[in-house]
Amino acid sequence: MPSSERIARCFEACKQAGRPALVAYLTAGDPHPDRTVELALAMERGGADLLELGVPFSDPIADGPVIQHASDRALHAGTTVARVLEIAREIRAHSSMPIILFSYMNPLLRYGFDRLCTDARAAGVDGCLFTDLSVEEADATVAAMKKHGLDTVFLAAPTSTERRLKLVAEYSTGFVYVVSRTGVTGEQATVAGGVHELVDQLKSLTSLPLAVGFGISRREHVEAIGGYADGVVVGSAFMRVVEKYGSAPDLAAQLESFTRELSGRS
Amino acid sequence: MSTTIKTPDAGGHFGPYGGRYVPETLMAPLEELERAFHEAQQDESFRAELKDLLANFAGRPTPLYEAKRLSQTLGGARIFIKREDLLHTGAHKINNCLGQILLARRMGKKRIIAETGAGQHGVATATVCALFGLECVVYMGEEDMRRQRLNVFRMRMLGAKVVSVTSGSRTLKDAVSEAMRDWVTNVSSTHYLLGSALGSHPYPMLVRDFHRCTGDEARAQILERIGRLPDTIFACVGGGSNAIGIFTAFIGDAGVKLVGVEAGGRSGKLGEHAARFSGGSPGVLQGAYSYLLQDEDGQVSLTHSVSAGLDYALVGPEHAWLHDQGRAEYVSATDSSALNAAKTLARTEGIIPALESSHAIAEALRRAPAAKDEVFLINLSGRGDKDTDIYRENFPELDQDNAE
Repeated sequence: MPSSERIARCFEACKQAGRPALVAYLTAGDPHPDRTVELALAMERGGADLLELGVPFSDPIADGPVIQHASDRALHAGTTVARVLEIAREIRAHSSMPIILFSYMNPLLRYGFDRLCTDARAAGVDGCLFTDLSVEEADATVAAMKKHGLDTVFLAAPTSTERRLKLVAEYSTGFVYVVSRTGVTGEQATVAGGVHELVDQLKSLTSLPLAVGFGISRREHVEAIGGYADGVVVGSAFMRVVEKYGSAPDLAAQLESFTRELSGRS
Repeated sequence: MSTTIKTPDAGGHFGPYGGRYVPETLMAPLEELERAFHEAQQDESFRAELKDLLANFAGRPTPLYEAKRLSQTLGGARIFIKREDLLHTGAHKINNCLGQILLARRMGKKRIIAETGAGQHGVATATVCALFGLECVVYMGEEDMRRQRLNVFRMRMLGAKVVSVTSGSRTLKDAVSEAMRDWVTNVSSTHYLLGSALGSHPYPMLVRDFHRCTGDEARAQILERIGRLPDTIFACVGGGSNAIGIFTAFIGDAGVKLVGVEAGGRSGKLGEHAARFSGGSPGVLQGAYSYLLQDEDGQVSLTHSVSAGLDYALVGPEHAWLHDQGRAEYVSATDSSALNAAKTLARTEGIIPALESSHAIAEALRRAPAAKDEVFLINLSGRGDKDTDIYRENFPELDQDNAE
């Protein structure tokens, strides 16, 4: 089955519009699985171009405290892989925004990886990114995702050697997620030095769109990175809003307003 | 003759287990570590320095002790004990720490981080950092800090910073996660001195190779002592470093039974034990694919053991492979049988064992009476001083002035 190409078309449309794609991360199930669809659609109204739907995991080693706590809340509210897929299906019923699953491997292995690919594609998911899957371990998962027409997004890191960047580019479809700095997810005051060079290096290795994430939380970061990359990923800053307004009736409105601030779209 | 171990493959796989399941940021540092390890193994001066430290700082070789009174009391197997508890810092952990600190120095790392459960690996890490003048940060679950207070103080006295981990179950698993988060953040300056045969390749391989001296010595010692190999070897398995350390030399000896003893905890119910083979299924945690205690949604289960060092949801990947191949057998011992085994060993042989090692002793005690004419070898991986508070809690009758 060919890829849905929703991701490719999304980056192309943003490029035509002369702006970086805003890739928005949302932990599925925080504060409750019943609210995730509403929140995702609010983010889309605020200018999110692509949704990274986070599958909560008990031991998120790549995440800082904000997403750790979001995962804990989501698990406490009873979020399962099956429920995340239902959420994706409901979002897809109302939106043509590309959706990628952002997950650690274990919950998906437990669900059954081939079954996951079948069900994810049927739910309208366009691709997957696994934080703890190195390209070295990825052959079987990549083959399964390709078979089902899912894009395979991998991480490129500041520590990656040239040899590894080539591998990451080779294994990725849809886009490459460029990690801006060494560390876990979480907001930072400034964009890490060196990420521009990493993006330039990757440009010489691949024609795929490049989206920069980790530590991005402000409009000024989006503008700065938009000057040289195709997309900007924001995660913890959104989950901070969910944490703050979790029980408030205007959570979706707050999230929409913050997304609008980041996207700069009216 | 023991055969050469051909595992893992180039990607760090023991059969389907092991591998490298980590964020991309850690991949290049893991490759650097693997390269440094292979180069060091070829370097005569590295091997000589490690050998000297193991002998003159740590106290190798450790004795192989025949537990005659214990054997007599049980009336069956002839029991030998490999005394890793007599090593400097009180447990086998120092073997691996000395090896890795030399690697860290070779790689030019100035800062060392580690996780610890019972505190034995933390103490051994703090010790080698003091010895080499390197900064040391140890992550330890809040719950483990409470139950292993003595070791927390020892680490601090040695100059280490002990960071209390308050996420999740506040035990070893959470300490590993925090150490990995530190490493991914400070990766250029920092070496992660992982303390068990766990995590991403090359750790399970290099930790095994730094501990295989235990089994190499024990094999030569028992051959010299009684002219034959043991029938059965017992070792406790948390991550599995002391077990793989003693098993490795004997894996090629088909007649030697290898028995790994996990923590049976309070009961067989998920969350009340750390018996990964009977209660778990293959999954990925903290860098490796192996048997994992998890719920039906793939979330990692909480674990329990009276012994902090065995209280972990994943078993080292080489043990998973030995298990599936039928080369080693894995059983579990409950909290109470481990506590009783510790008391038995104390009163028959004058040795107070660590609670972790007491699990191995418990299984040997259970089997010994029916094993007449057999030779048992127990790896006594650590001494029990650090567990005095827990022994006191569990043997209140001994804590009174008229106690017997």
